[in-house]
Amino acid sequence: MTVDVLYFAWVRERIGVPKETVQTEAATVAGLVEELRAREPRYAAAFEDVSALRVALDQELSDFDAPLEGVREVAFFPPMTGG
Amino acid sequence: MGEVRVQAEAFDAGAELNRFSQTQDGAGAVVSFTGVVRDVAGGLEAMEIEHYPGMTEKAIAGIVEEAQGRWPLTGALVIHRHGRLEPGAQIMMVATASAHRVAAFEAAEFLMDYLKSRAPFWKKELTREGAGWVAAVEADEDALKRW
Repeated sequence: MTVDVLYFAWVRERIGVPKETVQTEAATVAGLVEELRAREPRYAAAFEDVSALRVALDQELSDFDAPLEGVREVAFFPPMTGG
Repeated sequence: MGEVRVQAEAFDAGAELNRFSQTQDGAGAVVSFTGVVRDVAGGLEAMEIEHYPGMTEKAIAGIVEEAQGRWPLTGALVIHRHGRLEPGAQIMMVATASAHRVAAFEAAEFLMDYLKSRAPFWKKELTREGAGWVAAVEADEDALKRW
């Protein structure tokens, strides 16, 4: 399946793009992270510590154990600092 | 009734508050909060606020809806800016209205606590010594536990 993957804040800066379309076989978010990590050092650097990251699936906060089936948009970002 | 605006443009907090107050039938209390870019050690040149278009509006609308379910509000307003802001600039404002003040104060605090760590915004400080992302602090996450 293909998903749009979005990156924000320092995750975007480390990976170098705000958005890309990714072909994945992963069943869960954690599986997708493993695939991305294996691609290139910049991904490994961005996903070095997933406890420092948050994930949204189709614009809803989710978690790394969540299934990817039916998901069209995955976003990775650090904890939010609004307000 | 909730109103949510996510925008790059500056806003006039006084005018927004007056307009909001005038549309709150039955309200005996209006509370507002305005967040301002403050200078930091090292001298802040600007704050850059990144957000997640689409999710931001949905997340804030969800937070406003939650507040309206918890307190008997006649209305709520949230304005949050993104982009480059200079020290002294208004970043965001929240206004709540209710028949009585306790509900309006509590709902405003609830909105602020949730906007801080559940709305997809990220702040980057540009100082004379360099640039850095503002890290979320544990106290912000802890603040949600009281609700």
